[in-house]
Amino acid sequence: MNELVFFINKALISGAIIGSIYALGAIGVTLIFGILRFAHFAHADMMTVGAFISYILMSMMAAAGFTAPVPLAFLAMFPAMIITALLAIWLDKVFYKPFRDKGSNPVIIVMASLGVTLMLQGLVRLFGGTRARSMYIGENKEIYRIPFPGAKRDIILTEPQVLLFIFTVVAVIALAIFLSRSRLGKAMRAVSDNPDLAKISGINLKHVVWTTWIIGGTLAAAAGTMLSLDVVLKPDLSFGLLLPIFAAVIVGGIGQPYGAVAGGMLIGFSETLAVFNWAVLLRPFKESFPDWFELPTKLAFVPTEYKLAVPFFILIIVLIYRPTGIFKGKVI
Amino acid sequence: MSGSFLQKYSRDFVFFGGLLAIIVGIFLSQGSAYTSRMLVEAACYAIIALGLTIQWGYAGLFNIGIMGFIAAGSFMSVFVSFPVNDKFWNGPGPSMLVQPILILLIGIALIVGLRKIKQIPQGLRTFLTIIIFAVTYLLVVAGIEPAAKVIETDAGFIGGLGLPVFIGWIAAGIVAGLIAWFVGKICLGLRTDYLAIATLGIAQIIKTFLKNADWLTNGTLTVSPLPWPVPKPSDGNFTEARTIYFAMTAVVVIIIYMLLERAYHAPWGRMMRAIRDNEEAASSMGKNVNRRRLEIFILGSILMGLGGSMLITFTGLFDPSGFIDLNHTFLIWVMVILGGTGNNRGAILGAILVYIIWVMSEPMALWLFDLVRVYGLEWFNWQAPGDLDSRALQMRVFVIGLTIILVLRFAPNGMLPERIRQD
Repeated sequence: MNELVFFINKALISGAIIGSIYALGAIGVTLIFGILRFAHFAHADMMTVGAFISYILMSMMAAAGFTAPVPLAFLAMFPAMIITALLAIWLDKVFYKPFRDKGSNPVIIVMASLGVTLMLQGLVRLFGGTRARSMYIGENKEIYRIPFPGAKRDIILTEPQVLLFIFTVVAVIALAIFLSRSRLGKAMRAVSDNPDLAKISGINLKHVVWTTWIIGGTLAAAAGTMLSLDVVLKPDLSFGLLLPIFAAVIVGGIGQPYGAVAGGMLIGFSETLAVFNWAVLLRPFKESFPDWFELPTKLAFVPTEYKLAVPFFILIIVLIYRPTGIFKGKVI
Repeated sequence: MSGSFLQKYSRDFVFFGGLLAIIVGIFLSQGSAYTSRMLVEAACYAIIALGLTIQWGYAGLFNIGIMGFIAAGSFMSVFVSFPVNDKFWNGPGPSMLVQPILILLIGIALIVGLRKIKQIPQGLRTFLTIIIFAVTYLLVVAGIEPAAKVIETDAGFIGGLGLPVFIGWIAAGIVAGLIAWFVGKICLGLRTDYLAIATLGIAQIIKTFLKNADWLTNGTLTVSPLPWPVPKPSDGNFTEARTIYFAMTAVVVIIIYMLLERAYHAPWGRMMRAIRDNEEAASSMGKNVNRRRLEIFILGSILMGLGGSMLITFTGLFDPSGFIDLNHTFLIWVMVILGGTGNNRGAILGAILVYIIWVMSEPMALWLFDLVRVYGLEWFNWQAPGDLDSRALQMRVFVIGLTIILVLRFAPNGMLPERIRQD
């Protein structure tokens, strides 16, 4: 039973955690991909920037002697989401819109987003340094231990993890309602399906573009903050985070927000299950194995260092066999 | 006639003349050792930039995994040309590696063979491919792991084959080309965004692999000193050795340039540009668009592998953690788009100019931030953070990003734009 608890802690919970982070990032990327038709490479750095804004606000709140029942950084996350959304709109206006107006090839906009990536990376590390920071100042990370019947160990959940689950569920439901019920949400889906038709039927493209960036920016800031609350705030995640997110987007189908959630979860679980040491689960059955089979101490599909290869591998498989993704997205 | 020739190429003359003046200036102020190092490295970068300019400029392929091709190529050249490690060959390592390598080859043969048998229905074929892949993977990993442990404790790493460096460079190109074939086969039928994502991913994976596979690459312990194909500076005459190396790289650049120019003006180059400018028209004229793209993607990557291995050979040190996206991918992008997309002379000009600025920018950034530290303390009593120097270098990341955007926005054709023939 202890082994099962270990499995739940190390594989299921952490898979769901990292899956939620990927999902939150992937929703933004897939909407931008669907509506503005380019792969937004600066998304992972937008997450880092959002987390840094939360960190700054959190330090200010801590310095003012503010206390709350939840981690301060979680409270700081909400204003940070607004700031990041505004930043996203500004970035679009200054760096991407001129190319769109000129009718540039989408590849040029992708390249511009790479330029933005580097600029954000440079700024964050210039002002924040390259070391990792804790999102807690004078607070403790609260840990919940849930006893598991018949096991000596407990299932361990931390406060940020619980908050992340709640936030992800609420955000996805809110997004679903927004996209299916509201006028603007329907307009977004229309633009994603057929931009020309949407334009001549009187949809205000500007508002659609803004909404896209607002959703992308807020969710990116939330994902970045939550990730750093759970672990630490690292300024150098960038491409390590970007690849799984893109894989999630393509697996889920470009332009499909639900697909992005499913894809994010799939990538998250695949990563953790691939690096999980399966020998732990097999150990209780040691006696029932034949003699020639010697159980190795480490039995994982992929060594932890090569975790990044997992989303890449899934991406390759999807591109070969089903380039539209599971949910039949676009192939642009 | 000569007047019109001068007029036609006036931009080339002005820019290359200016570049020459800068180089002479650096030579006079910094001396020969500094200048020769800079020139050799710039020439190696020029080869890589030529590889990118044919991918991006001739065919519009968006490759942001240049670092991966450079790293893979450099490793291959190290493996081929580094002196033989007797400890490894006399130990149990080679015999332990035979089995996993055989399994790997059998697995690849089975998968390739399976794709050729059209009688089996598609679904079953996919299923069998995945099964064979998984079994091969698990068996190979299970075989490599103990071998790796033995090699690491007994011999350090497997060493090289001790062959001439030139063969190593050719092998570097071949390996980069093979990786390009694999990536291109999968992604080139789709829009080029997918190629960007895939190349970015494979570059990170190659780097992780080289960094962690200690038995193969010596990992973070690095491999040095790498052999040179020409006399080394340590053998005696320092300046002469570097000059010979530079002459060699310059000859390689010129040969590649001449071949590319010829290809550009040949029917093949025309067809490439036709595909780039209007894919549908070209394909309706019966051109096999994906095949041509694959061709040029492989060709460009071969140049990247070659240039990268020449660069690493010159520095004499193979360090997998030394491959950085910024230096080995984005810097090259800046060289190509600033120099002039689709213009081979532009790529060479951009490579040399940008590399000079890049080398100069490091001491400049440090100096600038030192000023900030001194005056910040004096005027505002601002205590600079201890890691200011490492932060100062992040400024270059920002500047590279900004340059990419500014060039795309205000000078999309670069300094030497592609020449469109008007006749």
